[in-house]
Amino acid sequence: MSLRVLVGVKRVIDYAVKVRVRPDKMGVVTDGVKHSMNPFDEIAVEEAVRLKEKKIAKEIVAVSCGPAKCQETLRTALAMGVDRGIHVDIPDADFEKVQPYHISKLLAKLAQEEGIDLLILGKQAIDDDCNQTGQMTAAHLDWAQGTFASEITVDDGRLKVLREVDGGLETIKVKMPAVVTADLRLNEPRYATLPNIMKAKKKPIAKKTAADLGVDLAPRIEILSVNDPPVREAGQKVESVEDLVTKLKDAGVI
Amino acid sequence: MAMALCNKLRPLVQNLPKISWNQRKLLISPTVPARAAAAVRCISIDPAAGLTEEQKSFQSVALNFAKQEMAPYMRQWDEEEIFPVDILRKAGSLGFGGIVVGEDVGGSGLTRLDSSVIFEALSQGCVSTTAYMSIHNMCCWMVDEFGNSNQRHAVLPALCSMEKLASYCLTEPGSGSDAGSLSTTARRDGDHYILNGSKAFISGGGDTDVYVMMVRTGEPGPRGISCVMVEKGSPGLSFGKKEKKMGWNSQPTRMVIMEDCRIPVSNRLSEEGMGFQIAMKGLNGGRLSIASCSLGAAQASIEAARDHLKVRKQFGKTLEKFQYLQFRLAEMASELVASRLMVRNAARALQDGSPDAVPLCAMAKLITTQRCSWICNEALQMFGGYGYLKDYPVQQYLRDIRVHEILEGTSEVMRLLISRDLLQE
Repeated sequence: MSLRVLVGVKRVIDYAVKVRVRPDKMGVVTDGVKHSMNPFDEIAVEEAVRLKEKKIAKEIVAVSCGPAKCQETLRTALAMGVDRGIHVDIPDADFEKVQPYHISKLLAKLAQEEGIDLLILGKQAIDDDCNQTGQMTAAHLDWAQGTFASEITVDDGRLKVLREVDGGLETIKVKMPAVVTADLRLNEPRYATLPNIMKAKKKPIAKKTAADLGVDLAPRIEILSVNDPPVREAGQKVESVEDLVTKLKDAGVI
Repeated sequence: MAMALCNKLRPLVQNLPKISWNQRKLLISPTVPARAAAAVRCISIDPAAGLTEEQKSFQSVALNFAKQEMAPYMRQWDEEEIFPVDILRKAGSLGFGGIVVGEDVGGSGLTRLDSSVIFEALSQGCVSTTAYMSIHNMCCWMVDEFGNSNQRHAVLPALCSMEKLASYCLTEPGSGSDAGSLSTTARRDGDHYILNGSKAFISGGGDTDVYVMMVRTGEPGPRGISCVMVEKGSPGLSFGKKEKKMGWNSQPTRMVIMEDCRIPVSNRLSEEGMGFQIAMKGLNGGRLSIASCSLGAAQASIEAARDHLKVRKQFGKTLEKFQYLQFRLAEMASELVASRLMVRNAARALQDGSPDAVPLCAMAKLITTQRCSWICNEALQMFGGYGYLKDYPVQQYLRDIRVHEILEGTSEVMRLLISRDLLQE
């Protein structure tokens, strides 16, 4: 097989950072805060690279949408083994208001332009936890989708996807072209090696804009406010089960 | 990165993993919210400052490797004196085995500055293991720089991947700072040298494969010294008992003993009489790496102390509100940045082959190793009684970096080199 694979990578606030709400309560502080590739996207990149190593994929392209700093994220993907990158340049101010709806349109257009057979995305981004982009992109393209994948195998020219769903595990077979979203247990992403980081410098990153791809970035959702979750209150210790039941009744819980 | 996230989530699905220092801290001080043991906002001490995008990538890989593969085990390696060969091999596969060695023999072909950045990052995971890696790297560089084509191709590929490990053998029971007076002899016998003598305090000794050794082939003094490679298993090569040390416990330290040890003459690097120069040139880079390891320990200690000051309360407020501690933290941060600049400046000088490289490397090691020991000590003090417990890592950083003021040239020898430059005619 010689699939052409497109992988989406998003630059998000690093998972280990303690996020703080901005004083204007319209978002979180991102200035000077450590960012890295969305962990689920790392898993997606790793899966694509493994497909290439198994000679199932012929070429892997990574795409990232956002301001110039996204190129760092693309370089990380290139250092993991992706062949080339596409940066859809969206300035900071606009990017704040961009939603999965817009990203899915951008990805759909790129997938068509690049003649992609398989689009692998992380199942969700750890900053907004939307879990929508993969599904929306498949809808725009009218492609099959295998979401929450914890295993992908090629079976008879089709893709067998093992999905982690609420009820347990589900195996489906999808015809390509298809969209797959990566879940936690799909694989363990590799570290980039020093030689690969050096090689990544020479790999090309093409630049595009939303206008080039004919996508309107006007927001469909307006953020009203962003607040800290309520401060956790101290619990109460009770002496007996009767006490507990009384307290629960008083609180209107039972 | 994804792997660390996977590791955090896995307990929900499977058995609890081995408890790391971070997790233990969460159990001991439950007032600490789940994600507080986190990355720091402190921009002034950010080790990424002033680096190119590429260098930041190297640093990022090294830091992730340190946090995921080394930090969770650094305590166990120290307490049980485990030499983590599997982790070294993993590091080798990422290109950390021969960082400045030529790419044609499996090295990564990077600069001294890249190397310093990498060791500083790895050191946050485990100083002792990183320090061993730096010694291994030093040996690889010596073979790369002074070996002939046959030697380079025969020995370096396996060393760069860390499939085989190296040790640096200069010091003897009777010659430490006075290295030029070493007494291990190498007598020529046809196509072989017969070695007699012993080397002391050899890092990795007994568990490594290639010993880059300075031996006396000629007249007394530095000019009679040559550099040879001795392979483990050579007839007449044996090792002393494993030393018990204050720190650096994840690497074995033993005496290396040669009793009519026979090695081929083709194992000699460069010409007879070049050994002392080779040893000293190797040490210039080694000193930068050791200083870089001290930087990493100091960085981790400052971050740990900072987090502690925000959490620990006494006299009705968190420790961060006390001006004494605020000022002390500021001093620690300033000393760290000053030291880091000295190391990176010396790295550039060494890379460029500039004439001030030797005294600059000496200055960098002198200042950095002392200041970082001070920083770790102050950080330990800020932890109060907890700092003294092995449950908390600052005591290990402190113990591990203490020896950096001694080996690869004591602070006193550093002063010697610097004053020589200042006073020579």
